[in-house]
Amino acid sequence: MTQPAMDVSAGAPTRSYPLYLRDIAGVAAILVAGAAGYWLFPDNLALLTRIIAVALLVLSLDLITGYCGVASLGQATLFGAGAYAVGFACVHGGVTEPLTLMLIGAVAGATAGLAMGAIMLRAHGLAQLVLSIAIVQLGHEAANKFTGYTGGSDGLAGLSVNPLFGVFEFDLWGRTAYLFGLALLVVVFALLRVVVSSPFGVLCRGVRQDPVRVKAMGAFVFPVILKMFVISGAVAGLGGALAAISTQVVGLDSISFELSANALVMLVLGGLGTLYGALVGTVIFMAFEHVVSAINPFHWLTMVGALLVAVVLVAPGGLVNLAGKVGGIGRSKGSKP
Amino acid sequence: MPGCGCEAASPTALHGLAVFMQTTLSIATDAFAYGMVLFIISIGLSLTMGLMRVVNLAHGAFAMIGGYIASYITRDLGWGYVPAILLGVAGTIIIAAPFERLLFRRIYGKPELLQVLMTIGITFCVIGVTNYFFGPTLKTIPLPDILTRPVDIGFRTIAAHRLFVMACGVGVAAALWFLIEKTGFGIKLRAAVDNAAMTDALGVRTPVVYAIAFAVAVGLAAFGGIIGAEFLPVEPYYALRYMVLFLVVVSVGGAGSILGTLVACLALGAVDTVGRYLMPDFGNFFFYAAVIAIVFAFPRGFFGRAQ
Repeated sequence: MTQPAMDVSAGAPTRSYPLYLRDIAGVAAILVAGAAGYWLFPDNLALLTRIIAVALLVLSLDLITGYCGVASLGQATLFGAGAYAVGFACVHGGVTEPLTLMLIGAVAGATAGLAMGAIMLRAHGLAQLVLSIAIVQLGHEAANKFTGYTGGSDGLAGLSVNPLFGVFEFDLWGRTAYLFGLALLVVVFALLRVVVSSPFGVLCRGVRQDPVRVKAMGAFVFPVILKMFVISGAVAGLGGALAAISTQVVGLDSISFELSANALVMLVLGGLGTLYGALVGTVIFMAFEHVVSAINPFHWLTMVGALLVAVVLVAPGGLVNLAGKVGGIGRSKGSKP
Repeated sequence: MPGCGCEAASPTALHGLAVFMQTTLSIATDAFAYGMVLFIISIGLSLTMGLMRVVNLAHGAFAMIGGYIASYITRDLGWGYVPAILLGVAGTIIIAAPFERLLFRRIYGKPELLQVLMTIGITFCVIGVTNYFFGPTLKTIPLPDILTRPVDIGFRTIAAHRLFVMACGVGVAAALWFLIEKTGFGIKLRAAVDNAAMTDALGVRTPVVYAIAFAVAVGLAAFGGIIGAEFLPVEPYYALRYMVLFLVVVSVGGAGSILGTLVACLALGAVDTVGRYLMPDFGNFFFYAAVIAIVFAFPRGFFGRAQ
């Protein structure tokens, strides 16, 4: 059963000021950070766009892991489903309108989320984790072997996308892609805030804390979590679609165990069960990766490993909760590392 | 690997049958040997998971450490295969001991997600550090002459190494069965599995039992990593690449069950080997499809205990 030690992110803080103020501040913070990135690193917009795409993946993982308590090491399946769906539609289907492509990515991700949730929710604990790994590996093998459609290990190249709204062309420096991604992230983030603070979101948190009790209160657990899987799939699919459109290529790494594991690391680094944690974790992790792995990939691996161990020992609630605790503004948490 | 049905275009039906038989036998021996390697490595993981309820993703890392030590001893020091196995196993246990004392003890009884994260972290560290010291190349462990010769077993010949691996697997299974079912230590171990608090109260020092069980598990991982290097080559990303495989085996077999792990290893070894022989391009595809089907049908594994 769920243990109190995990209960570091129980959400819904009680505060004197209305919650939406915090959300407005959060959205404003994302916009400011995004604009700062745009002005400070004009040569690295491709990397920043990649960060946004991965941030969507990590947000989607947060929905099922942080809010529903379903640990997954296969979340990249949904990301890859979105990316490859966009790739197929664009290269083989001749769809070039960017917003239609995003919609295709979201639908493909949601469909994959439905299938993945239906399979994963059959098991619990370790078996569930293994199922998630097996699913992403199966997807990876499929993408690798059906070279006629996916390009195999060379990737599915040659996506040519029309200008956004017919006006803004996806330029070489990735300005359009970045700003489009930023807008997408803000919209998705705002929608997800609504979702997780809705009765449905609160019910999901209830399932995470004590599924038996939720059942006893008369709610059906399976459809609730499955619904969250679908939402999560749509978000991850959008991330994959953004990655595909901005880089104009869909690589095998978009549906891989490594990406799934990294997403989980980012999420836990930032903090489970808070959408802010997912964003903070993604940005910190990918920025560090960019700097350190350029020096030596194995040093990077050692560092991530040490970081993970440290997070588990020192801050099992992630950096967001740690900052809250240090700053004295968070609730007192029941966790003992 | 001999005979892949390449001579299938032969004129007589009798010859075709002989080729078919030979292919089947080749597949069967390879599958059995491969399954035994999986078993030796995974049974340790199954024990730690069943006993200490720790999802130890770092298990493959310990197998990798064993492989690296053995490779260093045989290739760089020029010592024999037997000292390589003994020192590899001992060295891995010595390296793993501080991990158990300092890190694993803190995550006993913690939520699975935290265990997964910490053990993935340890795996990453081990990969990074090993490659810093030994370089990012494939490490071979040269076999002694006696194991490279084919052995005649009456109706056909098999590589001696395959026989050796099979014998080791059977030996490990028997020894573990004896240890757990027939010795005083086994009684304490089973008691700690069933009810750790009560066992503690009866005067059994469960931390010591845990530490010994952990050492046995790690030692088996190293042993399997060394003698299985022909099947699972020792390379930089070994710990990550095969981590999934070991986890899959344990979850299919049911954590803590020797019989379950044995059955799972033989079944998955067979699926994998048959897939590789008959459809080399789609081998892994069938493997993971089989895993999903099995876990879906038996969410607790073949012989897992109800939690």
